Amino acid sequence: MYQIILFAPLIAAIIGGFGWRIISEKGAMVLTTGAVMLAALLSWIAFLGADAELEIIPIARWIDSGSMVADWAIRVDMLTSVMLVVITTVSALVHLYSFGYMDHDPQWREGETYKPRFFAYLSFFTFAMLMLVTADNLLQMFFGWEGVGVASYLLIGFYWRKPTAGAAAMKAFIVNRVGDFGFILGIFALYILTDSVDFATIFGEMDRLTTTSISFLGLDLPALEVVGFLLFIGAMGKSAQLFLHTWLPDAMEGPTPVSALIHAATMVTAGVFLVCRMSPVYDEAIYAAGFITTIGALTAFFAATVGLVQNDIKRVIAYSTCSQLGYMFVAAGVGFYQAAMFHLFTHAAFKAMLFLGAGSVIHSMHHEQDMRNYGGLRKKIPMTFWAMMLGTLAITGVGIPFSYDLFGVPIGFAGFVSKDAIIEGAFAGHAYFAFTALVIAALFTSFYSWRLMFLTFYGKPRGDAHTHDHAHESPWVMTVPLGVLAIGAVFAGMVYYNSFVGHDAEEFFGDAIGGPAVMAADGHGVVADGHEPMVDSHGEEIEGEDLLADGSNAVDTAHGSEGAHDESVLHSYHDVPWLVALSPFIAMLVGLLTAWMFYIRNPQTPARLASAMPGLYRFLLNKWYFDEIYDVLFVRSAKWLGRFLWRKGDGRVIDGGINGLAMGIVPFLTRISGRAQSGYVFHYAFAMIAGLVAIITWFAIRGAS
Amino acid sequence: MEIPLLSFVTFLPALGAVAMGLLLRGNDEWAVRNSKIMALFVTTITFLLSLFILAGFDPSSSDFQLVEDREWLGGLRYRMGVDGISILFVMLTTVLMPLVIGASWNVSHRVKEYMIAFLILETLMIGVFCALDMILFYLFFEAGLIPMFFIIGIWGGKDRVYAAFKFFLYTLLGSVLMLIAMMYMIAEAGTSDIVALLGTEFSFATFEFAGIEIVGGAQLLLWLAFFASFAVKMPMWPVHTWLPDAHVQAPTAGSIVLAAILLKMGGYGFLRFSLPMFPVASDIMANFVFALSVIAIIYTSLVALVQDDMKKLIAYSSVAHMGFVTMGIFAANQQGVDGAIFQMISHGFISGALFLAVGVIYDRMHTREIAAFGGLVNRMPAFALIFLLFTMGNVGLPGTSGFVGEFLTLSGAFQANTWVAFGAATGVILSAGYALWLYRRVVFGDLVKESLSTITDMDRREKLLFVPFVFFTLLLGVYPSLVTDIIGPSVEALLDSYNFALEEAGMVADTAPHMTTGH
Repeated sequence: MYQIILFAPLIAAIIGGFGWRIISEKGAMVLTTGAVMLAALLSWIAFLGADAELEIIPIARWIDSGSMVADWAIRVDMLTSVMLVVITTVSALVHLYSFGYMDHDPQWREGETYKPRFFAYLSFFTFAMLMLVTADNLLQMFFGWEGVGVASYLLIGFYWRKPTAGAAAMKAFIVNRVGDFGFILGIFALYILTDSVDFATIFGEMDRLTTTSISFLGLDLPALEVVGFLLFIGAMGKSAQLFLHTWLPDAMEGPTPVSALIHAATMVTAGVFLVCRMSPVYDEAIYAAGFITTIGALTAFFAATVGLVQNDIKRVIAYSTCSQLGYMFVAAGVGFYQAAMFHLFTHAAFKAMLFLGAGSVIHSMHHEQDMRNYGGLRKKIPMTFWAMMLGTLAITGVGIPFSYDLFGVPIGFAGFVSKDAIIEGAFAGHAYFAFTALVIAALFTSFYSWRLMFLTFYGKPRGDAHTHDHAHESPWVMTVPLGVLAIGAVFAGMVYYNSFVGHDAEEFFGDAIGGPAVMAADGHGVVADGHEPMVDSHGEEIEGEDLLADGSNAVDTAHGSEGAHDESVLHSYHDVPWLVALSPFIAMLVGLLTAWMFYIRNPQTPARLASAMPGLYRFLLNKWYFDEIYDVLFVRSAKWLGRFLWRKGDGRVIDGGINGLAMGIVPFLTRISGRAQSGYVFHYAFAMIAGLVAIITWFAIRGAS
Repeated sequence: MEIPLLSFVTFLPALGAVAMGLLLRGNDEWAVRNSKIMALFVTTITFLLSLFILAGFDPSSSDFQLVEDREWLGGLRYRMGVDGISILFVMLTTVLMPLVIGASWNVSHRVKEYMIAFLILETLMIGVFCALDMILFYLFFEAGLIPMFFIIGIWGGKDRVYAAFKFFLYTLLGSVLMLIAMMYMIAEAGTSDIVALLGTEFSFATFEFAGIEIVGGAQLLLWLAFFASFAVKMPMWPVHTWLPDAHVQAPTAGSIVLAAILLKMGGYGFLRFSLPMFPVASDIMANFVFALSVIAIIYTSLVALVQDDMKKLIAYSSVAHMGFVTMGIFAANQQGVDGAIFQMISHGFISGALFLAVGVIYDRMHTREIAAFGGLVNRMPAFALIFLLFTMGNVGLPGTSGFVGEFLTLSGAFQANTWVAFGAATGVILSAGYALWLYRRVVFGDLVKESLSTITDMDRREKLLFVPFVFFTLLLGVYPSLVTDIIGPSVEALLDSYNFALEEAGMVADTAPHMTTGH
């Protein structure tokens, strides 16, 4: 069955992509969509029927060099099952949605066929992503990792006529490669340590590795810290975390369904998946885990600030994605992998829906993406409006605080359930800096999400009147996926709460998180370097601490990272003080009210504010100038260096040196050999052959003697 | 009597060349056509014959197989044979040559001579990989320069004469030292038999010369002499500058042969001579080679980034890729050496295909300026797809053969020295930079240039030529065990004796993972 899930999209992509002339354009679209739907159906069957048992299905040999052996195989545990469901479901819906969205795309000229190519890319992406999550060794995972990178490259650059699309595609691939650089070094380090790249073998060696150190770049470092750190660099690239995030906003050059599938729901979460998959490593790698928490928190905060002022509807959601991924990493960093996966799961539903909703808006507005030209669309496209509304309620985290205590399950939209679990987990894991950043980010999230809603659907129509007059609801192929995802956005949190982060969580994930050795019980003992073992019930201990006081320094984070060891974040996150538990809810309300003040009540406020603080506004609008700094730091300097090495190094020094040598010697030789150098090729050839004959003769004589 | 299969395969192309020279007269259309067909026929038959080599080869053994050994002129011996290290280079050559001929279908100037040059070149290249006698090896190795020299010098571009001489002088100067070293070795060991030499231990006792202590003794000097030749051939930084010029000036088919096969002679030489015959010196010099390799990878990748000429860009990228090869070889562990051989085979297909792709558009526009192109996908979708595949192969995407070699060599290097792996792995980023930027400038974008408005997509012949390249690039990417199964045992044996020699010499092979357990 898993083979079908995995290979149906690949086969469909190949047939659809190369054979569409035979099976017709429509045929290719139906085939790829059907294949992914089949995969989705089977994934759900597998997911619902799954127990936490690990299943490994070998397929074929792959790389085999000495002890470096990596085979093609399918590894299914609960982590994989969750990912399978997420990937295939969103992918199937996006395929369906694309029937409508990609119809009569104005980017293309009359008579150009682009749809089979698009669908084939989507299906190929699905295959690569499935390879990534079903890998049973790091190398196969890397295959999927790079495969989704290529699919992303192709889809971002899908509108190849637009120069910006080509540039964005290239940027995405190269920035990801920076991450891959860390990833492969991490694989090498693990290989050196365990003589294997198989997950099963690696996890089986954890006991030994906790006390192992490795010499890396001349430093003697704890092995698992090195591994954890390097692998996370890979995750940073794929999941667009701070410093390697710059490609994600640009990736919005791709068609909107692509943004929903790849740059919101699936590919960008691969980094989170990687960290969760390697949870046995991060459980023991305190500093690497602390680093993850820090980067995740910084990203959540940074991206949310930038999202506040963006005007392109897709970019707002892109930064929002970046920010939400930061949440997931914070959870993973404090050892609360279950919450990371949970948020990944719910986020896939509501973020895909927000993107598809945005796509629907863009579609109805003749591919206008600037929110300043929207307004008052609520009545024009009601279905889309309601879908987006549900998505916004989900992402901002609307729900009933403390309902868990009453009903045993938090009552609220998906984002409320999973995001609050993360925020509480960050606190319970003593990552106070991260906790603070996440609460502030939650406020900003609420603000920019509602800003998006208000600018788009409320107020008076702005921009081109003609476009507004012709705004129309999208066809059913586009609204049905929205409806399905809406169900997820509303219910995914409540339904799966207990499985992911509630009292069934340990049973639900089984060995998939924390590894087969289950070191949770004696997790404290392995803290070798003298940290105080954690107290299991943090509740009272923390009660006394001032909530927000000095929560923003690195010491705190390092301290918080001790939580990475503490499996019991899963158990203790409920016991946080009530104010902590309430804080994201308050943040959400403040964000909502501010947005309402700014964009409904008093629409002049934003402009006034911007002109009052022009420096800050420009700083945010220009995304903290990351692109500009990187351009100078890396792009230009690489080109400058390349040119320098070429002209001066190759040209002046090497060739110059050798020519100089030749110029010195050759005239001298010429004088001796007279007219031998007549400049004709054949004379040289003759000389060469004569020389060779001489050599042969010499050998012949020598050999004979 | 056993059939001397290797000799058949080796000399069949040369025989074909002789026949062509005798049978085809004049330069009329008839002769031109027939020389093309004949060359294609001969190379194809050679390829088919070479399949028997593969079929008769037992990959589980690390011995030389299909060995031929007979008297030759003046007391020299003619010895041929293949092992796991060399056989795939023979196969690479025979597979590629029919394609090279096919890529030359549009040559119009002195076609017969052109075909003869390529056929002779094929004989010499196969000979290099099959020779089991050092003198024989040297003859094949050096003589290969001559046809290539003519191919660049006669059928090349504007500055062909300069490029041809640069190519010739660089490589010849490198080999002079090798020749001297060979003479010394023959005098020392009393034989030129490579198998016997592999079992000979050359002195590595430190001696003093003109007040300078020479650690590693004679072995080190021999190593250096061979290194001079192979390093130029690879080419390694900083003796690589002949390659971009040679590539730019060479005709398409010449570039393919140069990149796909001729460069591999250097790597093969390291594996056949340097590593097994001078293990102590190799160990001493490993860090030196690492340094050059890492510099090559970073330096030439950066230089590739700013090239305006497509062929030059690919040539520089070749140098970077060969950096992975030298790094892998001198990492002297299974992954490193396996990866180096794999990288050479893979690079044969990928760079060959890239040069072929450049040839396709050069044939149409008669320029290789990157700036002269843009938006080709509009009119050449098939080309765009093919070029994408090999661009990705060049970048080392998993699933293409490019990944396996890069990955294995890096993992080999990581075990030897983390700094080296760290430095070389930046090549992973840089290669994506130059390759995708090239792709974007040539293929992506709208088609705005007037001159390109009538450009046509690949025709049937061109598409057909790419089929084997695509096939092998993907096959070896998905199922690399095809290669590693063949090379594995020989590489293992090579490394066993290498490590044994080091132990004997009291130099413990420093390949153990730098790792300590337990505090």
